[in-house]
Amino acid sequence: MALPLVTEECEAVIRAFSGLGGLGVDEKALVSALGKWRRQPEKRAQLRKSFVGFFTADGSFERCEDDYIRYLKNEFARFKNIMVLWAMHPWERDARWVHHVLHKPLPLDIIVEIACTRSSEELLGARKAYHALFHHSLEEDVAYHVRENYSNLLVRLVSAYRYEGNRINKEMATSEAEALYSAIKTPGVKKLVENEEVIRILTTRSKPHLRVTFKHYKEKYGKSIEEHLGDELCLRETVQCLDSPPKYFSKVINKALKDGADKNTKDALTRVIVSRADVDMKEIKEAYHQQYGAELEDVISKNTLGSYRDALLSLAGQ
Amino acid sequence: MSTISVAVSVPSPAEDCEQLRKAFQGWGTNEGLIISILAHRSAAQRRQIRDAYAQAHSEDLLKALDKELTRDFEKAVLLWILDPPERDAVLANEALKKWSPGNRALIEIAVTRTADEMFAVRRAYQGRFKRSLEEDVAAHTNGDFRKLLVPLVSSYRYEGPEVNASLAKSEAKILHEKINEKAYGHEEIIRILTTRSKAQLFATFNDYNNGFGHPINKDLKSDPKDDFLFALRAIMRCIICPERYLEKVIRLAINKMGTDECALTRVITTRAEVNMKHIKEIYYKRNSVRLDHALKKDTTGDYEDFLVALIGQDA
Repeated sequence: MALPLVTEECEAVIRAFSGLGGLGVDEKALVSALGKWRRQPEKRAQLRKSFVGFFTADGSFERCEDDYIRYLKNEFARFKNIMVLWAMHPWERDARWVHHVLHKPLPLDIIVEIACTRSSEELLGARKAYHALFHHSLEEDVAYHVRENYSNLLVRLVSAYRYEGNRINKEMATSEAEALYSAIKTPGVKKLVENEEVIRILTTRSKPHLRVTFKHYKEKYGKSIEEHLGDELCLRETVQCLDSPPKYFSKVINKALKDGADKNTKDALTRVIVSRADVDMKEIKEAYHQQYGAELEDVISKNTLGSYRDALLSLAGQ
Repeated sequence: MSTISVAVSVPSPAEDCEQLRKAFQGWGTNEGLIISILAHRSAAQRRQIRDAYAQAHSEDLLKALDKELTRDFEKAVLLWILDPPERDAVLANEALKKWSPGNRALIEIAVTRTADEMFAVRRAYQGRFKRSLEEDVAAHTNGDFRKLLVPLVSSYRYEGPEVNASLAKSEAKILHEKINEKAYGHEEIIRILTTRSKAQLFATFNDYNNGFGHPINKDLKSDPKDDFLFALRAIMRCIICPERYLEKVIRLAINKMGTDECALTRVITTRAEVNMKHIKEIYYKRNSVRLDHALKKDTTGDYEDFLVALIGQDA
C-alpha cells in the first residue's frame, strides 16, 4: 500500500503538533490551521491519514493513539510549566523538585544538582520551603526515601551549609586530592559512593576549596577526577556540579535536545533554563558554545516550538 | 525562662561603657562593677554596649576584658558578652579542638537549640572561623562519631507538632531491632535520630516505651563505659527534656572532684536567658538544695559572683 501523500500543509500541522520532534507545540500554527481548514473536513481527514504517530486506521475511520494523547498533554503543558515555575519562589521550586524526585521515580541526580549548584543560603531557603510545604525536613525525606547506597551522600549534600569565602588551605586541598585518588583507585569493601572520606570531602568543603582540590588532582594524576569517576552515578554529577555548574548545565541541556531523549531528560530543559536564567545563563551559553560549537539560542530555536520556545528564548536571551 | 534581672530602665550604652572603662582604670580591676553591669543586661543591650565601646575607644570590649580579667571569670564574661549564635559557635569550636568521644558539648548544643538557632550558629561559625561547622566536625571526628555528629549539626529539623503515628511505631521497632543487634552505629538509628522532627521522635520514644515495656534509654546502658552509647542517650534526653539533661550536666559539673568549670560556664551562660529558671526548679527538686547555694559552696570569687548573678538568687 502506498504511503499517503503528505502535503506541505499537513506536514506543517504535524510539526505544530510536535509530530516531527522538538519540544512544545506551535500554538500559532495550530490556530491558523483551524482557520484555514474551516469547513474542509477532507483536509482534517487527510491529516489523520498522514499523521502516523497520532492516528491509526481502524476499520472505517482513523482513531487516536492514547500514547500520543498523553505525549501531547506533556508537550502542551511545557509552556504552562515554565510559566508557573518562573513565577514561583526559587525556594519553593527547589523544594518541589526534590519532593518529586523522592515520590516519583525520577533520577537522583536532580537532588545532586540542586544541592550543589545553589548557594548556601539558597539551599537553606529550599529547606525552609520544604518544611512549609511538606511538614517534614528535606533531609528526613531524602534519608527515608533514598534507600540504596546513595542515601548517605545525598543526605549530606542537602544538609550542607558550605563556607562561601575565598579562604583556602592549600596543603589540605593537596592532601585531600590525594585522599580522593586513593579512595577511587583502591577497591574497598564498600562502594565508592559510601566511602566516608570521599563523602566528607565532597559534602563539607567549600566550593572554592574543592575547585583547587580538583585542579591539583588533574595536575598530579594527569586526568580529571571526573574522568576517573567514570560511571559512578551521583558522584560524577556531584563533582561536575561543584566544579563548574555552567559546564554541567550545558551538558544537561544538550542531552535534553538530543533525539530520542526520554521524558525526564527533556523536562530538564525547562528546569535548567528557569532556575539559571537569573544566575549564570551567560556562562552556560559560553560553556555550550565551547563544548558543542553551536549557539545555545540557535539550538533551542531549532528544537522547540511555539510559546514554549518563545519563553525559553526570552529567559535564555540577552 | 530567663533568670537574669534587668532593671526596667537601664543606663544608656554610652554610660555603661563609661562605667566599664572606670572599672578597668588604674591598678586592679573592679570586677564587682563589671558584674553589676554586664550580668544585668540582655543580649541586645550587651550588643549595644559592645558597639558603643568599640566606637568610643576603638577597641573591642572583649579585648579590653581579656586584658583585665583572668581564668574562669574571664572566660565566663567573654562568653556572656557574645551574641548567642556566636557564643555557641565559639563553644562548638572549642569542643572540636579538644574533642574526645566523651565530649558531649557538641551534642548538647546541636540538639537543645532550635533549627533556626542552629543555623544562626552555623552562620556565625563561618563568619568567625572561615570554615563551615560541619567541615570541622567531619575533620575532627571519625568512625561512628563522625557519622553521628555531622548529620546532627547539619540537621534542619521540621519544627511542627505533626506526628505520623504509624511511622513512630515502625521506627520504634527499627530502633529496638538495631539496639538488640548491638548495631548502635547503624545508619537507621542515625537516620532516625538526626533527621526526624522532635515531636516525631518524642512519639517514637513513647511508642518504644509502650511497645517494649521500658524506656529506650534503658536498652542503651549495656556498657557504662561506652561513649557512643552515652552520646546516643544524650541525644535522646536532650530531645525528651533538655532542661533535665542540662540539670544533670550542671549537677555533675559541681559534684566532680574540683568543679568542671567548662561545663558549668557553658550551660549557665548559654541558658541564663533561655530556660535557666526551669533548670533551677529541676535542680532544687532533685538535690533539695538551691542552685545558687550549691554554686556558692563550690565556686569562689568573681567567678562565683558572676554565675550567681546570672542564675538569680530567687528560689
